[in-house]
Amino acid sequence: MSDVVVSVENLRKCYRLGRKQHGRYQSLRENLVEGTKSIGRSVLNTVGRRATPQEQEMEFWALNGISFEIKQGERIGVIGRNGAGKSTLLKVLSRITEPTDGRIRIRGRVASLLEVGTGFHPELTGRENIFLNGAVLGMMRSEIQRKFDEIVAFAEVDKFLDTPVKRYSSGMYVRLAFAVAAHLEPEILVVDEVLAVGDAQFQNKCLGKMKDVASSGRTVLFVSHNMAAIRQLCDVSLLLDQGTLSFRGTAEEGVARYLRVTEAGGGYRGKVNVHGIELLDAYLEDVKTGDQLAAVMFNSDYQLKLRFRAHEPMTQVGVVVRIYDAIGTLVSSICTPEEDIPPFLLKDDTELYFNLPRLQLMPGQYRVSIFVYRANDPVEYMAAEDILSFDVHPSILGDAMWAYRADHGIVRIANGGAVRALKAHSTAIAR
Amino acid sequence: MTMNAPTPELIIEAGRHRGRYWRDLWRYRELFYFLAWRDILVRYKQTVIGMAWALIRPFLTMVVFTIVFGNLAKLPSNGVPYPILVFSAMLPWQFFASSLSESGNSLLGNANLISKVYFPRLIVPASAVIVCFVDFMISGIILLGLMAWYDFMPTWRILTLPLFILIAFAAAIGAGLWLAALNVKYRDFRYVVPFIIQFGLYISPVGFSSSIVPEQWRLLYSINPMVGVIDGFRWAILGGQAAIYWPGFLLSLGLVVALLFSGINYFRAYERSFADVI
Repeated sequence: MSDVVVSVENLRKCYRLGRKQHGRYQSLRENLVEGTKSIGRSVLNTVGRRATPQEQEMEFWALNGISFEIKQGERIGVIGRNGAGKSTLLKVLSRITEPTDGRIRIRGRVASLLEVGTGFHPELTGRENIFLNGAVLGMMRSEIQRKFDEIVAFAEVDKFLDTPVKRYSSGMYVRLAFAVAAHLEPEILVVDEVLAVGDAQFQNKCLGKMKDVASSGRTVLFVSHNMAAIRQLCDVSLLLDQGTLSFRGTAEEGVARYLRVTEAGGGYRGKVNVHGIELLDAYLEDVKTGDQLAAVMFNSDYQLKLRFRAHEPMTQVGVVVRIYDAIGTLVSSICTPEEDIPPFLLKDDTELYFNLPRLQLMPGQYRVSIFVYRANDPVEYMAAEDILSFDVHPSILGDAMWAYRADHGIVRIANGGAVRALKAHSTAIAR
Repeated sequence: MTMNAPTPELIIEAGRHRGRYWRDLWRYRELFYFLAWRDILVRYKQTVIGMAWALIRPFLTMVVFTIVFGNLAKLPSNGVPYPILVFSAMLPWQFFASSLSESGNSLLGNANLISKVYFPRLIVPASAVIVCFVDFMISGIILLGLMAWYDFMPTWRILTLPLFILIAFAAAIGAGLWLAALNVKYRDFRYVVPFIIQFGLYISPVGFSSSIVPEQWRLLYSINPMVGVIDGFRWAILGGQAAIYWPGFLLSLGLVVALLFSGINYFRAYERSFADVI
């Protein structure tokens, strides 16, 4: 009983989506206009039209009744698709935002790391940023001073300590940012997807550091899409689905369930409707037969077809498709501008397709996420994560004796080749 | 804070963490210090003129005001050199005006911090005011220079100046908190702020002494809280030559206190949803 450090009871969090979905904040002008309108409407009672359902505020329950307990020293992996409520859960746990309902009891000092380098200022030097970032993360100055040398050594930036970080390479920047965070010594550490930064070597170093933190008896709450990292780091998993807790158990089984959920049957699942864009369908089509497929053959020709419905016309649209392998490594991104599709008008029902000639993904399972953007606009107008999955089956290439399998990697990059005899030079060496 | 001390249980609930608020504010005092330090450092690193900027701006404004109000309009200065009369009001006014615009924008400027880390949000606009206070102290050097130049000797009243600085502080923070929260809530509110500042400069007795306001209007005039602050500054700095209109001063003072507490309350009430809205 006494070793329970976090207990969450029936936690709920509601977001109100604005009427017109321009953004989350209001504008005074709009409020004044609306206010005047409603006065006018009540005066001209009969003429005024009633608010249509679209104009009313939409409620969105990011967390909808979650309860669980965490014991001292447990390493929890929180998994789930985008929109399942993982980030909201972390934000509520780290007190950035308030729950709408429910209660959390926490025993111990919590440090949360939702982003590396929060509060870094490009004009300040590495040394200054270490102190600033440490303070932002809740460290005391004396604590930072004590760990200063360790942080610098970990980040490998000792030569550039007095250089403004705007002159750092992105690798150095991330290393320094993570180094500060890694030297936090809370009793409960809450970490969001921060390992997805830096080069592979540094990622391993970070993972190692996280393991150290975990093995020293601290409680760790870790969110990631990287199933390999979850399996490696965590012993317990919480699987979230649409704001509810659908599974709590070993990390191994949680990951397996997550993959099963996202991969069940393959093909397209579920609709996403944000900002008035609906993804009606997404599938792979065989170019020769026109069949819709959940599993495809290595080295054959396919088209990825996406069908959208726009409830309001949207101009200057761009689409990004991301393809992940089974454990969440990004294999490839397909972006409309890069494939010679200029920003287009999304109106009513629209089909978009990409050619995937001679599919060079090695046999295995793949997952697809689709995002809609507009040119020169940072807003994500639609994010459909893990919306489609497909299997690639082996096929025998050329005169090979066996087919490529999953253990041959993720992609094939060669495209044939030849052997030819070399003349004078080779004989010279032979002699 | 020691690591081994038993930590009390933290309960997170809707509408909770009221009781802990001021204690948290104390716990995060170092962040407060670091944010102010960052802004000061960045400010003086980025501008080429650096520190001199805090001197040039109020100095030039003072020169213009002296020429326009003192030499052209020939307004009375009660025997005080006009530049000193203007500058003793310029100091608190600049502090107040820059606090308004800096703290008004501070939350939006630190949106990244607010959506990623927990800390009492009050720290952000408050540290913006501190930065302006540093500028205030620096431009105070000009006042000393002017006094030396005109051979102007302050009386014992100068010792009461810290009291009036405190009032200026309260006014700046109170108004700053209002604007900071309103700016987050209504994103187009920031267009109102420069107007308030510009307007305020003319309805506050910066370029002239408030003694030129007809007696029957002075109480009404003191509804502007900066009237009280500026009169207080003049009273303390100029010594015997400046009289203070006490009913007006007390009214201004009361309004400053009201501004401060209502600002804190409004900010606190809206603070919890900042991360969701920003």
